[in-house]
Amino acid sequence: MDVVLRSVQKRYGDQLVLSDLTANFPEGSITCIMGPSGCGKTTLLRLILGLEQADAGELLGIDVPKAAVFQEHRLFEAVSPVSNVAAVLPGRPDRSLLCEELSHLGLAHHLHVPTRTLSGGMKRRVALARAMLAPAALVVLDEPFTGLDLSSKEHAMSFVKRHAGEKTILLVTHDPTDPAFLDASTLWLTPNS
Amino acid sequence: MRSPTTDSTSVPKRRLHLALSALFALSLWQVAAMMIGQAILLPSPLMVAARLLTIWQVPGCFQAILFTFSRIVSGFLLALLLGTVFGCLAGRFPLVRILLAPFAASIKTVPVASFIVICLIWFSTQQLTIFISFLIVFPVIYLNVLQGIKSADLALLETCYVFAIPWHRRVLYLWLPQLRPFLLSACSVGLGLAWKAGIAAEIIGIPAGSIGRMFYDAKLYLNTTDLIAWTVIVVVISILFEKAFVRLLQAFFHRLEKL
Repeated sequence: MDVVLRSVQKRYGDQLVLSDLTANFPEGSITCIMGPSGCGKTTLLRLILGLEQADAGELLGIDVPKAAVFQEHRLFEAVSPVSNVAAVLPGRPDRSLLCEELSHLGLAHHLHVPTRTLSGGMKRRVALARAMLAPAALVVLDEPFTGLDLSSKEHAMSFVKRHAGEKTILLVTHDPTDPAFLDASTLWLTPNS
Repeated sequence: MRSPTTDSTSVPKRRLHLALSALFALSLWQVAAMMIGQAILLPSPLMVAARLLTIWQVPGCFQAILFTFSRIVSGFLLALLLGTVFGCLAGRFPLVRILLAPFAASIKTVPVASFIVICLIWFSTQQLTIFISFLIVFPVIYLNVLQGIKSADLALLETCYVFAIPWHRRVLYLWLPQLRPFLLSACSVGLGLAWKAGIAAEIIGIPAGSIGRMFYDAKLYLNTTDLIAWTVIVVVISILFEKAFVRLLQAFFHRLEKL
């Protein structure tokens, strides 16, 4: 199902963050959302995730299973990276498969330690693995490659492409080379879009 | 320059400090006992130590320890269970918090002796220790768990909502680690209180075959040496059980981290 925004408006107090935003994100597509800081990228993602209500307009196609990477890592710090990913999977997931997937992101030596002991970049990759492996139709990634070195970022982007499947992916980034690498379309937001 | 956050005291040094302070306190006690010169008022530490070696031969000594230990621990465990359940409920439903507020406040402020006397009217002396230990520990556990629930990471709760993580996994991965420091601290404080209140209840209620009864008899016959010997026994059992229980809890949480 496509995600469709029609004349979406959102304000915080007197500040108008999104104004009459209309967009269409086709099912199974990857869209990079770009724009200067403060233009409403994160607000848009929060509206799509159902964490905020729009003041006006319509958001269609968002009542589906969702997954996300937030600006913060938001992981269960006391348990292992494997458990963080297993937590969002149905039933009893095959942990050896999860270990394999996390190893593709360079976490092979940190699979069973408490997540709080990982570096920021490692936590980012765990958050990305959790979002991409979750059984979601709509995946929202808010600056998922922040804190990753070039090599880790390339692995992470390949991971996103490999697991994109039929998922609709919205990805906030500031790097203009990301859309080309991900074969993604781009939505540019400007202040008061 | 020494870092302000670094504790430079090594373990052997800390043990030495502890041994020195214990030696100082015992010496002071010994000197005071020698100056007073009346064991009925203050027996010397050597007399108490000698009594500790023979007190096990007192008829019913082990039964008294078992009687009191089982009741205080039962009261504590009951308080841990119900305090955790009601703390979670109060954290989730404000109405429960409002309804329980007067009970938690009154249990915290009413003198324990008042409860003991009321309980003596309501219950048999055999159940007194359980109820008083429960009553004193319950608000400690309840308020700590409530505080733990209230200080939950809202961002993580939002994450659980987005991923539609089922409740049992939220308990395992979010709530138990969140409550860990609150529960450990509450158990440590609660166990000390349980022993203090439990023994106080037994001394007033004098249930047959209890440590409280031993205390009462020692008081009745002005046997200060026995009184202090029994105090030492209670303190040692209390500290050992507290350490064992807190370690067990830590092991449980540690196991959780390995999941």
